[in-house]
Amino acid sequence: MSKILVNINGVDYSAESGKMVLKVANENGIYIPTLCHFEGIKPQGSCRVCTCKIDGRNMTACTTPASHRMVVVTDTAELEKIRATIIELLFAEGNHFCPACERSGNCELQALAYRYKMMVPQFPYLFPAKDLDAKNPKIMIDHNRCILCKRCIRRKLEPDNPSWFVFKNRGNKTQINLDHELTADFDDELAQKAMDTCPVGAIIRKEKGFDVPIGERKYDKNPIGSDIENKGVTS
Amino acid sequence: MDITQSGKSGLSNNDNCSCDCKNLDTILENYNNDPTRLMDILIEVQTQCGCVSEAAVKTIAKAINYSSVDVEQTLSFYHFLSHTPTGKYAVYLNDSAVAEMMGRDEIAKVFEEETGCKFGSVSEDGKIGLFNTSCIGMNDQEPSAIINQRVFTKLTKEKVAKIVKGMKNDLDVEDLVGTDVQSNILKQGPILTKDSNLGEAIKKAVTMSPEDVIEEIKQSNLRGRGGAGFPTALKWRFCRNAEGEKHYVFCNADEGEPGTFKDRVILSDRPQLLFAGMTIAGYAIGSDEGILYLRYEYKYMEEYLEGVLSKLREEGLLGKDVAGEKGFNFDIRIQFGGGAYICGEESALLESAEGKRGEPRDRPPFPVVKGYHQQPTSVNNVETLCAVAKIMHKGAKWYRSLGTVESTGSKLISVSGDCEKPGVYEVEWGFTVNDILELVDAKNVQAIQVGGPSGNCIAPNEFNRKLAYEDLSTGGSLIVIGEQRDLLKEIVLNFTEFFIEESCGSCVPCRAMTVQYKNKLEKILRGNGVAEDIDQMLSWENVMISNRCGLGQTAANPILSTIKNFRELYDAKLQKDTDFVSEFNLEAAVQESCKTANRIPNLGGDHE
Repeated sequence: MSKILVNINGVDYSAESGKMVLKVANENGIYIPTLCHFEGIKPQGSCRVCTCKIDGRNMTACTTPASHRMVVVTDTAELEKIRATIIELLFAEGNHFCPACERSGNCELQALAYRYKMMVPQFPYLFPAKDLDAKNPKIMIDHNRCILCKRCIRRKLEPDNPSWFVFKNRGNKTQINLDHELTADFDDELAQKAMDTCPVGAIIRKEKGFDVPIGERKYDKNPIGSDIENKGVTS
Repeated sequence: MDITQSGKSGLSNNDNCSCDCKNLDTILENYNNDPTRLMDILIEVQTQCGCVSEAAVKTIAKAINYSSVDVEQTLSFYHFLSHTPTGKYAVYLNDSAVAEMMGRDEIAKVFEEETGCKFGSVSEDGKIGLFNTSCIGMNDQEPSAIINQRVFTKLTKEKVAKIVKGMKNDLDVEDLVGTDVQSNILKQGPILTKDSNLGEAIKKAVTMSPEDVIEEIKQSNLRGRGGAGFPTALKWRFCRNAEGEKHYVFCNADEGEPGTFKDRVILSDRPQLLFAGMTIAGYAIGSDEGILYLRYEYKYMEEYLEGVLSKLREEGLLGKDVAGEKGFNFDIRIQFGGGAYICGEESALLESAEGKRGEPRDRPPFPVVKGYHQQPTSVNNVETLCAVAKIMHKGAKWYRSLGTVESTGSKLISVSGDCEKPGVYEVEWGFTVNDILELVDAKNVQAIQVGGPSGNCIAPNEFNRKLAYEDLSTGGSLIVIGEQRDLLKEIVLNFTEFFIEESCGSCVPCRAMTVQYKNKLEKILRGNGVAEDIDQMLSWENVMISNRCGLGQTAANPILSTIKNFRELYDAKLQKDTDFVSEFNLEAAVQESCKTANRIPNLGGDHE
């Protein structure tokens, strides 16, 4: 790939043409919050949390390929406000009771809420009635906590078609749906992989939990993004 | 003109849909078990059985090598496809704002009384299902409904009683009452006037080089008529120059913007013009396949349009060596949608045409580079393609002489609402809103919704503005809202609910913020709002424009444009001199728990 120059927050960085803006920023020690992004799978740009000003327009950093002389701004007050508002929307539209959740401390949504110092969302909680699907022998799907990032769908844990995880319905009735017939013989490894793909506590392994006490988990000591912000320039 | 509606007469008497569709194997065979034709398969099953049952989903999944949930994923996205039976007669009554203005609620009540079942359900004997649906493109003849793919317009109490009686007596749908979609072309302009020999237009194009055809369109300054106004020639050039195994022409006939029905009229009255335009587009970009993506609501035109296509093939204007040009092969097929406004967005349309949920794609890449089946694809609006055919026949110079410098040519406007003469008007760009109001005979106008819910709601002080890309841009609809209407309650709330219903659900702000907007608006309508509520709604605009597609970006426009242009209506409903939100009602809040505990609320005050 050819080398190009991308300007991020006023500084020119050398980058490979076509690499996504998010990756270019991260490699240069600039953290852009994300939720639907997952390393190694095709980006989707559905949570909109990584929205940046790219050549003057609001674009998602995870889906926009870098091009020569592109101007990216990642951290204005306006952008931070957009991100904080999206986090608040997610808390209001679902049922997220952190203290009782196995993902507390490992949850990207919770970690971002801390980053944006959210005490309570500006929106009234909607308290929607949602189900918990525990039919699979190895995993539970808790629709109350699902943020519809599609990571489980896009990661494609299955070897080929047919798909195991899919969407169902549309709009605010959208939910993830698991094919129970095809996943009846889920093993522990796949179950763990499915759970690790989920940014929140919507996919939870059965018969296992709270191995690491709350307070000693991933984001409890190292706030989300700190790994990128602290490592500085790597390339 | 009158077209005979081709609808389906529903299930025969003996079928009550617990079916595992007897014809399913034939349907699957007809589409070669091709998963990219899943929409067609599902629509056919739905048409024959009134639903796509659990058993049918399983059979389809097996045949196309999908999981059952994956078939359901597509099925559950579309409004007219259903897992559960919709009745021998499935009645879809339009609930758009204009339908409500024209007395839709009363008609709904008569349907419920006569059938004995509620909207959103099917009668106990499984015969009649009643459902609401978003704008069906009949705003000029509301209230109207679709029953088994046939359209019934200008419904009255008497008409509904007769229809229900007919359904109860198992009449064929076409015998219920006369089906009568009016074209209502009330002003013809350069596009609608029948003065072109379309065969000659195509012949002229194919004797030029494709590059010269694109250049001619460029000289005409034609811009996309779907709303965005992208230069047509530029789109074609990008598409022609993009590398691929095959290039595709798509016509976007998913006319879903409430209040818009001009494409319906073109399809029923000038389909040859449209197909000529598609053929010329095919020649220009180097394509041999055109696909008309037609909204499910217009399924009543299917047989008629197929007939027009057959005739064009007989005349040598479609098929092999089109118009005598050796080596230029081009044909057109119709792809139906399943009821989803979002599929009017070009990348969502392509997803849908590939048999998937209509979720817009991330861009880049753009459809001109990677479109249908990841091949270069030009998606053009119905009206744009009609203009193409006219320009080929009469020349770019002629076209440029019409309209304004920046907006050349004409525009078909669908006018509906509080006016004497709703219908389709073709005017040159540069016409003012006032000019149109005069044509349609509208008096005592409070507001005009320009370009549908995703557009702009303007007040009389702006009626001197011009319809043009450089001033008031529109995809083609004007809704006249009279002084007697409660603008916020009857129009803005309806439009906001429309966007909630039609969001694909992918982007967080579009899926979740629209609900917050609606709740906030309802709070204000209840008289519980404070000034801060309005400031908050304005502040969310930045989040909305961060959505991926045009639907999401404009979903708050009904509220935002009325706050801007009709602020006094909001202010009048706010609580005065308080920033205290007096919404909480203790008595109401404890009512349910008191009832459960069998106690009388004791609130410690002087409550009666």
